[in-house]
Amino acid sequence: MKNIKILMSQCGCNIAFAESVEKIVKESGLDASVSRIDDVVQMLPYNVMTLPALVIDERLVSTGKISEDKIKELIKGEI
Amino acid sequence: MIQLFTDNLVYNIIGLDGSSPLGSTINFFVYDSLKIILILLFISFLMGLLNTFFPIEAIRNFLSSHRLYGIQYFLAAIFGAVTPFCSCSSIPLFIGFVRGGIPLGVTFSFLITSPLVNEVAIAMLAGTFGLKVTVIYVGSGVFLGTFLGMFLERFKLERFLSDWVKNLQRTNESVNNDAMPCSLKQRGVQVLQKIPQVARDALGVTRSVLPYVLAGIAIGALMHGYVPSGFFEEYLSKDKWFAVPLAVILAVPMYANAAGVIPIVEVLVQKGVALGTALAFMMAVVGLSLPEAMLLKKVMTLKLIFVFFGTVTAAIIVLGIGYNLSISS
Repeated sequence: MKNIKILMSQCGCNIAFAESVEKIVKESGLDASVSRIDDVVQMLPYNVMTLPALVIDERLVSTGKISEDKIKELIKGEI
Repeated sequence: MIQLFTDNLVYNIIGLDGSSPLGSTINFFVYDSLKIILILLFISFLMGLLNTFFPIEAIRNFLSSHRLYGIQYFLAAIFGAVTPFCSCSSIPLFIGFVRGGIPLGVTFSFLITSPLVNEVAIAMLAGTFGLKVTVIYVGSGVFLGTFLGMFLERFKLERFLSDWVKNLQRTNESVNNDAMPCSLKQRGVQVLQKIPQVARDALGVTRSVLPYVLAGIAIGALMHGYVPSGFFEEYLSKDKWFAVPLAVILAVPMYANAAGVIPIVEVLVQKGVALGTALAFMMAVVGLSLPEAMLLKKVMTLKLIFVFFGTVTAAIIVLGIGYNLSISS
């Protein structure tokens, strides 16, 4: 089971990003738990300066807003 | 060209009278909306390209690895100006800077300019007030960032950071350079590949602020058509000493993004508000807000937030008064 974390803030664009990640993971059938993290202290280990960011199994795979296609690609890469 | 199209649409096709309040209101609305949307698309695209070329990680690494003899404040302010509109990254950015060993003053330079000068504010100003005012606004934003960063650095404010941030500063982790292709050529190629994404983002930014833009222009248009000119002169003309401080203090807690405020301010100026007062008001609305203070609470003590906001507010008031004295409108 994969562990996917969405590092985000509570602003509109970030929430939209989190929703599309959750949707894409669900549709892909990937066995994964997806969690939203909006506490800066918990983000520290990943050294990110741009939100939202995506972490899969403790590996930082993207920072900043990325397109849905790119998210799909990243998720597919995990299957 | 846009004006021609608008006049044709409103007066000939819809058939409104150009001298009636309704006609001039609708004309103003259509013209401003079209113009602003086009400029907004263009500026967002341009800023998007700039951002892809200078990603924030690269900026931080540059600032922390070069001895810059004072120019770093100016550079941080410029970088702050070109980073994107969404303010939700400000905390991770702040922490990233602190971790990179960048002095607090330089971080403040960045933090002041970043919300103040952004693609939406630039596009809106260029679309409503024209180039000259836009240049003054951007110049003031960068100046404020540079100057106040230098000023704040003198007070050794590090002691007022939250404890956990102070600890970060002590460990001062090495900055990771991976993910950053170093050669300019490589980066150029990367930017070219990202053009479609940048264009999509520009569209996204435009779409997300569109409701505010339209609402702002609609209110502006109504005032344009129905409020008699000179209406505000009595209260907010420039010989009233309290005009600037009052406008700024009202504006600080406001969280209306630039998009909604600027078209309204444009009309205020047409109706007799002094330009310096208007500029100061816009800077305060765009640059400082209550939600931002709440976010900063996480990394700073309340005292530091007060110092930060207080200094910026005071500086904007001084700038506004200065403009009123120097611009004769």
